[in-house]
Amino acid sequence: MAEEIKAGCARPTGGPVGEKPKTQKESSQQPLIQEVKSMVTVGKKAPDFTAPAYHKGKFINVQLSEYLGKWVVLCFYPGDFTFV
Amino acid sequence: MSVDSVFVHKMWNDHELSKMVKGGIPFPMLSDGGGKVGSIFGVYLEDAGVEARGRFIIDPDGIIQGFEVLTPPVGRNVMESIRQIQAFQHVRKTKGAEATPSGWKPGKPTLKPGPDLVGKVWEVWKTKMAFDD
Repeated sequence: MAEEIKAGCARPTGGPVGEKPKTQKESSQQPLIQEVKSMVTVGKKAPDFTAPAYHKGKFINVQLSEYLGKWVVLCFYPGDFTFV
Repeated sequence: MSVDSVFVHKMWNDHELSKMVKGGIPFPMLSDGGGKVGSIFGVYLEDAGVEARGRFIIDPDGIIQGFEVLTPPVGRNVMESIRQIQAFQHVRKTKGAEATPSGWKPGKPTLKPGPDLVGKVWEVWKTKMAFDD
C-alpha cells in the first residue's frame, strides 16, 4: 500500500492532499501554512495528507486515504526522545 | 506523528523504543516537518514549534469520530482510546440503533434511543453503571 522512499540527503516532507485553495504559486510552501485553518470537526471527514514515515526498518510514504476501510488512530506528540 | 524527521524516528525506535516494546514500534512513525499536517488538525503549537498530544479516531469511511488534545506534559490513556474505539465500532455495527452510555465497555448494556426511551433512561440505566468495571 505505502510506497518505499529512498533515503537521501534531502529531508522528505509531506502535507495536506487536495481541497486546498491555491491562491499563489506552490513553489514556496511556507506562506501557505498561515492560510490553512484547522478544519477538524467530529462527524466530518478527516483532511487527507501524505507524510514520510519510518516503519519496521524502511522509509515509506503514508497517505491517510490509503487506510479507508480501516479504523485509524492518528496520534501527534511533541517530539522524539521527549519523556512522556 | 511529530515534527521530527524519519531519521530521528528511526534512531528513537532503534535505540530506545525497541527496548520498551518488543520488536519495536509496529505502526508507521510519521514525520510532519514544519507542522503542516498538525496545523490542519489544530494541534500544531506555533510558539514551541511542536505538536500537542492530539489523538484522532477515524472510522473506515474516513470520518473523525472523536479526538482528544493534551498539552505536552501529560500522557494519554491508551485503554480509554481502545474503549472509545470499541464503542464506536459497536454503534457502527448496529447502524446507530444502539448508543453507548457513559463508562460503557463491551458486555455492558447499551441504550436503544427511540420515543419509548424518552424520560425512561433512569429505569434502564443507573448512574453507578458509569463507574462499574
